Amino acid sequence: MIAKLAWKNIWFKPLNTVLSVILLTASVAIISLLILLQEQFEKQFSSNIDGVDVVLGAQGSPLQLILSSVYQVDAPTGNISYDDAKVWMKHPFVKSAIPLAFGDNYRGFKIVGTTPEYLEKFGAKVTSGKIFNKNLEVVVGSEIAKKLNIKVGDKFFGSHGDAAEGEVHEEFEYTVSGIASQTGKVVDNLILSNVQSVWQMHDHEQEHSEAEENPDHGEEGHIHFEGDEHEHHEHDSHDHEEKAIVSENGNEITAVLIKFKNKMGFVTWPRLVAQNTKMQAASPAVEINRLFSLFGIGLEALQYLAYGIMLISGISIFIALYNTLKERKYEFALLRVSGASRSQLLSLVLFESILLCVTGFILGTIVGRIALFLISSTTDEQYKMTFDPFAFVIEKEGILFIVTIFVGIVAALIPAIKAYRLNISKTLANA
Amino acid sequence: MIYTQNITFSYGGKVNFAFPDIRTESGETLLIAGGSGKGKTTLLHLLGGLLRPKSGTISIGETEISKLSEKQLDQFRGKNIGLVLQQSHFVEAFSVLENVVLASWLATGKKSEEKAKSLLKQLDLEDQMHKLTSQLSIGQQQRVSIARALINEPKLLLADEPTSSLDDENAFKVSDLLSNLSKEYKASLIVVTHDQRLKDRFSNQISL
Repeated sequence: MIAKLAWKNIWFKPLNTVLSVILLTASVAIISLLILLQEQFEKQFSSNIDGVDVVLGAQGSPLQLILSSVYQVDAPTGNISYDDAKVWMKHPFVKSAIPLAFGDNYRGFKIVGTTPEYLEKFGAKVTSGKIFNKNLEVVVGSEIAKKLNIKVGDKFFGSHGDAAEGEVHEEFEYTVSGIASQTGKVVDNLILSNVQSVWQMHDHEQEHSEAEENPDHGEEGHIHFEGDEHEHHEHDSHDHEEKAIVSENGNEITAVLIKFKNKMGFVTWPRLVAQNTKMQAASPAVEINRLFSLFGIGLEALQYLAYGIMLISGISIFIALYNTLKERKYEFALLRVSGASRSQLLSLVLFESILLCVTGFILGTIVGRIALFLISSTTDEQYKMTFDPFAFVIEKEGILFIVTIFVGIVAALIPAIKAYRLNISKTLANA
Repeated sequence: MIYTQNITFSYGGKVNFAFPDIRTESGETLLIAGGSGKGKTTLLHLLGGLLRPKSGTISIGETEISKLSEKQLDQFRGKNIGLVLQQSHFVEAFSVLENVVLASWLATGKKSEEKAKSLLKQLDLEDQMHKLTSQLSIGQQQRVSIARALINEPKLLLADEPTSSLDDENAFKVSDLLSNLSKEYKASLIVVTHDQRLKDRFSNQISL
């Protein structure tokens, strides 16, 4: 009955209530969104690092190298010679080395040339079909297969670069040989082929640009030129296929994911690379920590802001309760006359405040998740990264809940004590 | 029934009251008259356990209420004393019926909804049951507060200027209801008033 009374009371003066609830909802929504984002972001980033001690790649920003090669979210720093890289891949400290070569994309999904070990690193299996054996055979990540409804045996053309709008390579058709299992990691959003497939495309690219620079072909001869090229390539590609498998000389890759046999490698190997080559070895753990500490400042600032809003909502609840106290003292006196004890009045006021806070918390949790869902669909489009709005971070959200309730109790404390100490005789006599 | 012995009260030592002894049996009615400042309301609050006397004893039924603790007094008041005030106050967020039911719940822990309904019917408020109290006229509000005062069948019914803000018609209606219902529920009725209309209707009077 006290609960019912509290509930009816808070909605009897809806304006005050709505203000407090909106403020609470906003702060809880921001905080829970941050909690979920941070948690899932870190989880996604950390899970993708597993099994990668350092990344070998072209010189440039180490963070960029990590982002591009491990997370597939940034442009690569450049290419390295496969011959040079091979020397270091076969170094005695190295346990495993997975080459990565970036080339094309299919409708925005990257096509990465690598070895089957890459799938194994993520714990992905080829669930239907088989692994890529020949050039231009691809294994499609589970998310892509789901989104684009791709089945084994499907064929498609890739587009150049990493933009979906890039030039379409109609000369080479990829064949889907298999579909990978779901891992919740970046591999779900990649199309994998062998490295040679990328080289095949790469060689063609070079010829293509040479052909374009050919002074014999004028602007007006463009259509002819396209036709010529097509024929030219069709019989050319056979040569390439054989060439690619036989000879790896002079070809380039983008990066190599390295795992060491022991800690020693971790310490000395990157230094040796830096001293002896024009390549760099970047540690994903170090770079991601650096990234998180950069993020951390922003996240922390947002979190302070959200707690500030929560403080304001606490003050708003306090003012609302305190203001209505004057009007409600007759009601309180009457409740006492009807047999309510002091502590029942105390709990009534506290209950009203806590009800507001619980309402705010529930709404905030929902709004935060809606926001996460919206963010997730944007990041999915742009970075192929998704967040799960239905996940719960029990510990942190539990703390948030306790903090919210605590704000409610503190805000109601003074009004509740005033109600507790109300002098009924005086109140009724002055009526 | 209620009786008092030698009760005195003082507000901060400056204003002192000494009240005559009162004895009212169940079903009896007593009217306490007196001008303002004579301590009518103070006496009523003493009888209702809202104030504690400086000295003297107040007994309602078998219980001497000045000996009860604050919490016991709250409970006793809820169960045994019904109060009707000059101005009716209600839980504004509750409907008429809910207000009456609330009084039964606070006193006994049980929601006597059926009884509240029949009481409201008796007081001619059947159609008003589900309205908010603020939607009622003053006369209707006063009748709701009578229903609320009687829901727990109290031993003592106290009324503080129950008719002073009412017109003649409603004042007579309310005074009739008070005296009839207190007889029906075997409660002692004590009315504090300076309203001449009531003085003419109640024979058992004391003056402060």
